[in-house]
Amino acid sequence: MKLNNAIAGTLESGDILVELSPSDTPGLTVNLESSVAYQFGDQIRNVIRETLEELGINDAIVDATDKGALDCTIRARVTAAAVRATGKDVWAD
Amino acid sequence: MMFVPGNNPAMMQDAHIYGPDSIMLDLEDSVSMAEKDTARLLVHHALKSVDYGNTEMVVRINPLNTPYGKKDIEAVVKAGVHVIRMPKTETAEEVREVEREIERVEKELGCLGRTRIMAAIESALGVVNAYDIATASPRMMGIALGAEDYCANLKTQRSNDGDELRLARETIVVAARAAGIDALDTVYSNVNDMDTFRKEVEFIKTLGFDGKSIINPRQIDVVNEVFTPTQKDIDKARTIIAAIKEAEKKGSGVIAVNGKMVDKPVVTRAQRTIELAIASGAIKEEEI
Repeated sequence: MKLNNAIAGTLESGDILVELSPSDTPGLTVNLESSVAYQFGDQIRNVIRETLEELGINDAIVDATDKGALDCTIRARVTAAAVRATGKDVWAD
Repeated sequence: MMFVPGNNPAMMQDAHIYGPDSIMLDLEDSVSMAEKDTARLLVHHALKSVDYGNTEMVVRINPLNTPYGKKDIEAVVKAGVHVIRMPKTETAEEVREVEREIERVEKELGCLGRTRIMAAIESALGVVNAYDIATASPRMMGIALGAEDYCANLKTQRSNDGDELRLARETIVVAARAAGIDALDTVYSNVNDMDTFRKEVEFIKTLGFDGKSIINPRQIDVVNEVFTPTQKDIDKARTIIAAIKEAEKKGSGVIAVNGKMVDKPVVTRAQRTIELAIASGAIKEEEI
């Protein structure tokens, strides 16, 4: 799936800023910055990967700056970045 | 009903902690055009994941004549929202259009009839059509006044005594009562002026409104204090209901309590007092 660079989210408390860009190499590369990375880093990365794979995006670079977002917020922000990067919405027109 | 911007994850995940009866996640005026897509997704995932307990969850969608309204409906119905709040409603046909969109999504999900509708009336035309709007669909559960847009449409501005809103408020309460649905009053935006806010809540309760829209958790206690019946009212209501039950057993239609005749309107008011007392937590249902 063709990707453009796209961004969604904010750096406010309880949110996450997600930047999605195309990758030259296969697979998903997730670069995470989070003050809770030690405790929740793996879980956050998993939510990001799962969300992208469910949307059919298997090759991309994700730069995420987490400010204590819940899983539902991470899913929403990753999906928004993916929709903006692909131009393909998850809702019917 | 507490308004919460649909593009603020921290507020959305904490809003129910303050104990409002209902939370309205907003996709309309509090969200910029550039963030409509992300707010819709935030609201969808919050509704699916956050445990809001018994709080009634409402989402204010964008109008259907914008590029956002239809997608908003799909996103929130799929997330199981209790009530869709329509903004700036002016005609019954607008309600039926929203109803058709809800039905389309509910049919796909196999949950036909699950989602209810509340319409915000925010213009002179909306006030004129209030009863038609209130009865436009069996899904209608309430109508609400949106005062800021209404005042702009009326070519006036809001004042502390609210004279400019009197006709709209009375019309909305009468239309809601005639339709058998709830009437909800507009927000009061100055969160630092709690005295005027309390006076406004007392006034709209007197008019017959079922509740008040709020924009800050600090306003919740005032609304609850005003709407919670006093112990004296509760005791009186209990006496009346006990007396009427006793009379029904004996087959007697009209009774007297403390020397005063008790007929149907008095019983209806007593039942309303008890309902409010239960809803506000002043008494428990099993105590009745």
